[in-house]
Parts: sequence; C-alpha cells; structure tokens
Amino acid sequence: MELITPGLGLIFWMTLPFLILLLILRKFAWNPILKALKDRETSIYDALHAADRAKEEMKQLQFSNEELLHQAKDERDAILSDARKVRDAIIEESKDQAKEEASRIIASAKESIENEKMAAMTDLKNQLAELSLEIATKILEHELADAGQQEKFIQQQMDKIHFN
Amino acid sequence: MVRTQDVRVLTFLFFLFLVLLVFPDFPAHASGPFHAAQEAGVDSTFQYDEDLIIEHEFDAGKMIMEHVVDNHEWHIATLGHTHVTIPLPIIVLYDGKIHTFWSSRFHNAEHTYNGFVLEKGKIHPEAKSDKPLYDFSITKTVMAILISSILLLWIFISIANRYKRNPKSAPKGMQSLLEPLIIFIRDDIAKSSIGEKSYEKFMPFLLTIFFFIFLNNLMGIIPIFPGGANVTGNIAITMVLAIFTFVLTTINGNRHYWVDIINTPGVPWWLKLPIPLMPVVEIVGIITKPFVLMVRLFANMAAGHIIVLGFVSLVFIFGSISVALGYGVSVVSVAFIVFMDLLEILVAFIQAYVFTLLSALYFGLATIETEKH
Repeated sequence: MELITPGLGLIFWMTLPFLILLLILRKFAWNPILKALKDRETSIYDALHAADRAKEEMKQLQFSNEELLHQAKDERDAILSDARKVRDAIIEESKDQAKEEASRIIASAKESIENEKMAAMTDLKNQLAELSLEIATKILEHELADAGQQEKFIQQQMDKIHFN
Repeated sequence: MVRTQDVRVLTFLFFLFLVLLVFPDFPAHASGPFHAAQEAGVDSTFQYDEDLIIEHEFDAGKMIMEHVVDNHEWHIATLGHTHVTIPLPIIVLYDGKIHTFWSSRFHNAEHTYNGFVLEKGKIHPEAKSDKPLYDFSITKTVMAILISSILLLWIFISIANRYKRNPKSAPKGMQSLLEPLIIFIRDDIAKSSIGEKSYEKFMPFLLTIFFFIFLNNLMGIIPIFPGGANVTGNIAITMVLAIFTFVLTTINGNRHYWVDIINTPGVPWWLKLPIPLMPVVEIVGIITKPFVLMVRLFANMAAGHIIVLGFVSLVFIFGSISVALGYGVSVVSVAFIVFMDLLEILVAFIQAYVFTLLSALYFGLATIETEKH
C-alpha cells in the first residue's frame, strides 16, 4: 500500500531540508531566542533578588534606626538626669553660698549695728552730759540768782561734803 | 486527550466501514454504461446528467487516497474538465542519468514523456526494464516542506532579531504568541523530561520538530494551496523525524543507558545469561520507540485527513444517488467537517506536543545520570 510505504525521494527531500532547517534555526533563531529568554529571566531573577535584598537592608536599616533612636532617647534621658543632678547640685551649692553670705551679711550688719549703737550711745552720753551740764548751768544760774538762795545752796553743798 | 483520540479512531473506523460497505466493487462497473454515455457526447440540455455521470464515476476510496498520499503535481481544482494544477519539477535518476522536467509534461492522454510514464502517482520507464528508477522529484509534499520551512525560518529569524534588538523589553506581536510555546517546550517538555543538566543541547531539535510538526499539521488542515498537503500524515516524513530522534538518542546515550540495555538491572540473571532474552527485548525496545513515534503521528494525521475527506465524499456519494440528497447530506457533512477541522486543530497541537514530549523523554532516558537511581 502506498500510504504506508515511505518513498525514497521523499525521505531524501525530507532529511535534507529538515537538517538545513534545523541547523539554520539553531544558529539564527533558537540560540538567540533561548539566550535572550535566559538573560531576561536572569535579569528578572536578579532584580527580584536585589529588591529582596534592598528590602532586607531597609528592614535592617529601620531596625538600626530604631536602635539609634532608642540609644538617643536613652542618652537624652541620661543627659537630662545628669543635668537635673547638676542643677540640683548648683542650686544646693548656691543655696549654701547664699546662706553663708546671708549669715555673713547678717553678722557684719549686726557688728555694724553694734558699732553704730555704741557710737550712738557714746554720742548720746556726750550729748546727755552736755545737756545735763547745760541744764545744771541753767539751773544754777537760775537758783543762784538771788543771794539767799546761793547761800542756802552753798550750805546744802557744804552739808553734803563730809570732811573726814 | 485520550477520549478525543478514541472518538477519532472510532469515527475513522466507522467511515472505513461505510466506504467499504457502500462501494465494495464500484470501480468494476463504473466504466460500463456511464462511460459510454459520456463518450457519446451530451448536449447542454443534459448538463445535469453529465454532472451526474461525472459524479457517478466518483470513487471515494480512490479520491481519498489520492488526496492523502504524495503527488507529482499540486492539484488545486477541477473546473469542468480542466485540472488547475501547479506543475512541480520531476527529478528522475534512471540508467545512470538524471532526467528533469516539469510534471505538466505528463498532461497527455497516455501520461508519458521522454520514455517515462506516470501511472497511479508513480513514474515508471515506458519500456519494461530491470534497471531501478529512483524518483527524487519535488513532489507536493516536498514543496509543502519547503514552503513550511521557509515560513518557519522567516517567523523565527524575525522573532530572534527582535529578541536581539530589544533583549529586555516585553514580547510583541508574533513574539508574544510564540514565546509561551517556546517556554512551554523548554520548561515543561525539555527541563522536566531531560533534566536541568543536559536539556540545553536538545532544545534546538525539540523546538524545530515541535514547530515543524505543528505548522505542517495546521497547514494540512487548510484545504487550498499552500496548505492541504498531507505532510505529517505521510509515513516518510514521520519516519525521518523519528530517525532524527533515534539518532540523537543513540549518539547521546551515556554509559548508564547502554549498561541498562545490555545488563538490565533488577532482572533475574537467567533472563540474560544463556540466552540474552532481556538484552534482545531492550534492543527491540530502542527500535520500537522511534517506530511508535513514526506510526502515531502518521496515523493520527492521515486518519484526520481521511475522515474529513470521507465526509466530503459522502456529499458526492449521496449526490450520485440523487442530487437533492446530495445537497441534503452536504449540510450534515459540512457541519461534521467543521467539527473535524476544529478537532484537527486540537490534534495538530497534541500530536506535535506528544512527538516532542516523547522525543524529550527518550533523550532523558539516554542522558540520565547514574546517581539518581
């Protein structure tokens, strides 16, 4: 039967063009196409990987950022507490100084008050002596205006003077 | 997949049965009174009768065979009594000489030219002689191979150029149609059957056979030139394709492959030692593999063509009984032909896929690494 008998000519004409087709397609079509597909896949794969890596790095970065923030907060807290301590110390010190100063001022004030008082007392005493002398003078002038009175006074004075 | 194949085989058998049943000895009496009537000449008023006579001479089996097998010229249509054909070059090697001429030279009453006669699609020397005649003509099938090869070259080289020019851009047009197929062959056929390691060297062959078979299957469905040639339904074509697979399997077979054939593991020694039963079976196996490839593709494609032609024949068979019946049957026939053609499109892909997949599996068997066992 012709249907199932392979013809010689046909075998020849199939083998030759098919072989040529295979070789030409391999060189000019399949190899470039497969290479392009592979390259594209590799580049997509690489890009995806790079994106993943970037994401990971971002995560890492975010994590380290957080860490940094945390550290900064801690540091700030430390600085703040230090500052508070320093402030308290300064206040305490200045309070002490102020107290000391105040007590010194008070002491000197007291001293000067005492001095002033003494001066004032001395002054007062002097003035008093002067005034008493004046008064005494005036009284004596007045008392001893008439002779009788002078006499009487002298007498009195005499009486008081005891000779022993 | 299996079910469509079963349906096809059943339909094919049914038609074979039908054709044989209706016309068991038709050619015997075909040249009887009808022929005489035609030769006597009929005037135009009997135009219908003449048509009837011509149609009554119609031999479904002969017509189908003529369409399925190879031909020395490309017949396109018959208008009245003129055959519209594309003449093809005849190349004949006979008696140490090469004779070349156009097939249209045979268009005479005796179908003879230059001492050769074209008889039932075969070229013989006119005078009886014992000298062998080798027919290397560019037949219809060869022409179809050349056309499809040029088409394949044009399609894939232009695609390859696009890949070269814009390597990173998204595929466009024809490229985006064929890229999934190429990737499918690479990933689902080659990589999964042959393995990651050595699939690459088989890729050009697998891609070529897939697209060659697929394109020729599809072109076979188109009834008019440049389609219509039954390329993949010709046993010589499928034989060459299967031989390519066989040769590639054999030359790429590694040590493990041959050891498995000669000393099959897991088989009792007495099947190998006194009489090498198992090695013989294995060696027959390496021959049957490509043989099955050859027969499967050939039978599927030839059967598809025969079924379609069978439906076409039905119109003429019934038309020869009564013209009205012929018209009536044509409606059913066309519906079935459309259905068959749609099925053929599916089969065109499936057969190309199966041939490629099995070739890849054989390559995989030949190149499998030992440590995987």
